[in-house]
Amino acid sequence: MERKIVLEHIDVEGIQHLDVYRQHGGYLSLKKALKSMTPDEVVTEVKTAGLRGRGGAGFPTGMKWSFIDKKSGNPRYLICNADESEPGTFKDRYLMQHIPHRLIEGMICAAYALGANKAYIYVRGEFKAVIGILNTAIKEAYAAGLLGKNILGSGFDLDLHVHSGAGAYICGEETALIESLEGKRGNPRLKPPFPAIKGLYQCPTVVNNVETLANIGWIVNNGGEEYAKIGIGRSTGTKLISACGNINKPGVYEIELGLPVHEFIYSNDYCGGIKGGKELKAVVPGGSSVPILPKELILKTIEGVDRLMSYESLSEGGFISGSMLGSGGFIVFDEDACIVRNTYNFSRFYHHESCGQCSPCREGTSWMESVLHRIENGQGKTKDIDLLVSIASKIEGNTICPLGDAASWPVAAAIRHFRHEFEFHVNHPELIKNIKHGNLEKLDVKN
Amino acid sequence: MFKVTIDNQSIEVEPGTTILQAARKIGGEIVPPAMCYHSELKNSGGKCRTCMVKVVQGSANDPRPIPKLVASCRTEVMDGMVVENITSPQVVDARKAVVEFLLLNHPLDCPVCDQAGECDLQNLSYEHGTNATRFEEEKRTYDKVDIGNLIQFHPNRCILCYRCIYAADQLTDNRVHGVLYRGEKSEISTFIHQAIENDFSGNIIDVCPVGALTDKTFRFKNRVWFLKPMDAHRNCPTCSGKVTLWYRGDEVYRVTGRKDVYGEVHDFICNECRFEKKNSNDWTIEGPRTVAPYSVINQNHYKKVVIPSVINPLKETME
Repeated sequence: MERKIVLEHIDVEGIQHLDVYRQHGGYLSLKKALKSMTPDEVVTEVKTAGLRGRGGAGFPTGMKWSFIDKKSGNPRYLICNADESEPGTFKDRYLMQHIPHRLIEGMICAAYALGANKAYIYVRGEFKAVIGILNTAIKEAYAAGLLGKNILGSGFDLDLHVHSGAGAYICGEETALIESLEGKRGNPRLKPPFPAIKGLYQCPTVVNNVETLANIGWIVNNGGEEYAKIGIGRSTGTKLISACGNINKPGVYEIELGLPVHEFIYSNDYCGGIKGGKELKAVVPGGSSVPILPKELILKTIEGVDRLMSYESLSEGGFISGSMLGSGGFIVFDEDACIVRNTYNFSRFYHHESCGQCSPCREGTSWMESVLHRIENGQGKTKDIDLLVSIASKIEGNTICPLGDAASWPVAAAIRHFRHEFEFHVNHPELIKNIKHGNLEKLDVKN
Repeated sequence: MFKVTIDNQSIEVEPGTTILQAARKIGGEIVPPAMCYHSELKNSGGKCRTCMVKVVQGSANDPRPIPKLVASCRTEVMDGMVVENITSPQVVDARKAVVEFLLLNHPLDCPVCDQAGECDLQNLSYEHGTNATRFEEEKRTYDKVDIGNLIQFHPNRCILCYRCIYAADQLTDNRVHGVLYRGEKSEISTFIHQAIENDFSGNIIDVCPVGALTDKTFRFKNRVWFLKPMDAHRNCPTCSGKVTLWYRGDEVYRVTGRKDVYGEVHDFICNECRFEKKNSNDWTIEGPRTVAPYSVINQNHYKKVVIPSVINPLKETME
């Protein structure tokens, strides 16, 4: 059974328009927040709700909001991070495309809580259609007095702007996003100072993911305590999971956190099992940057407990035997998938998207890609596998922003769990040169 | 005043001082190397990652360690902070890794590079690098870029420290160069091919830690270790006029700003002083410039060196 908060009424025709959205309970939270609550009360509700950032890191949203510097007297900004570019993650695009007012409603509440009179939605440049939909929705909201001066007679002003990115994954990193929004080269900044102290134009800024902000309306309406009842432990609420790969029913699913991974993959309500009745081989549970897990470790933890779709359960066992919920890009591989080729593909992506500012990431990502390219094309040597592990460990933690970590984790995890496949590639160069697809190890057994 | 302990040596510094500056105040071998940081250039630093250190105690009030290594050039000290630099194997390892990364695509053409002998990257790799490479791929190369008659640009040698960009931004009015493209393909260049020309453009040569930007008027004329540096000054209407003249015999081969022991220039000089005044008569000579005894620049100016009996002769000579 799907519990719907963010995607509630998604099936209603015309829900992307304001009138239909309002008929289905839209913008009620605004009245409640602006008329009967103080900004601090909204922050407290979000804290009580235990809502955690849905962009990947899972940092508690209420806590992030309470860090914002209200003493300096500088204007405050709210930015919605809609630069969704992680391979495997497509939940934010789905949300903005089908129910844009959910995001706008959440942003108005959030801006009110933070005391921000200017808010930006930084949309990935490739989402041309989404930008149009958002702009239409914002126009509707302005016309209805939900944005602009003196919203609903409360005296609160908010201007909301959509800003298009120019095709850089790195601009999804919050400080790079801020630089880009300021019109500069999208290089991440050194932290501290954090954006909550010095963000956009050196003013206090909060950057939140689309899905995080889309939850705010519901929390204001129903209260933080109600929200905290959904989910499991410290993973409260629901989460959008964009499932893709070798499954019968790829798509975006809203799940209650705490759903068993087994059920998510095999239930007909969700992924509907592996395509063609094949065996499950491995899963990348949170977008391309989180470690890949083999079948045994994704369905059960190393202690034999069923793994659940939650922040805690998926990261149980650390990176030795666990992974991360990340941004919810659930990529499933069946028995015929080649892990080496997939790792090379991810690595190529990070090489292409590195900003080039700090040396470990700039040089390391390209080095990893070339070594993986060699292995994938039958020119690898046994020592290359250890070399990859070594490069990955030297990038991780030594860079300015998390892109270095994101580039090294998939490589390190693939070798940790599927070393035999890398060794097979190295030991059978002729076979590798001729056959480019599929699980070659298995193929060899058959022959 | 904040008390900070770096590699078991304590010092009191003003609030707002960075770890690197505090370490420089203590001096000696505990000073982290820095390639992209330049104390006269605002916002520089944090990029090359050679100066990373481990903070084992955040402050007296909050003694928790910082989980990741931090860039000491941009991290401000807190009262009671405890930092490990060369005493932490993790830092030593990370630094070795950074040197390896910086040298991956560096052409290592020191024998024909004018910077050889006064190159920060040479010093860094000599002290912290390994003697072999694990990189088997072809090195990255760039097309030649002509940036004018005074400055020679070798993009292949560039380590993308961004120093020349900050220098051009902060010392001159119209910056015409910057970083193009991204990731491994990023390069310093002008858009669209222009000459970098203004009264202070020559300073980007002095701030460049490697041989990517060199003096065209000195190109292939001599090696720095054959030259004798002399401090000199003149009454210059545009700049401070405080320079170092590099002599061979009676001839001035080149004029540069005065680099301190960390390779930083604090008095930036104008192009007239740097490129046009290459005659002793233009200058009032102050005396020989002290160069660190371990520098190769000293190699051809033999001084009386007492050779210590055992291990680590360099260190003792320095003292």
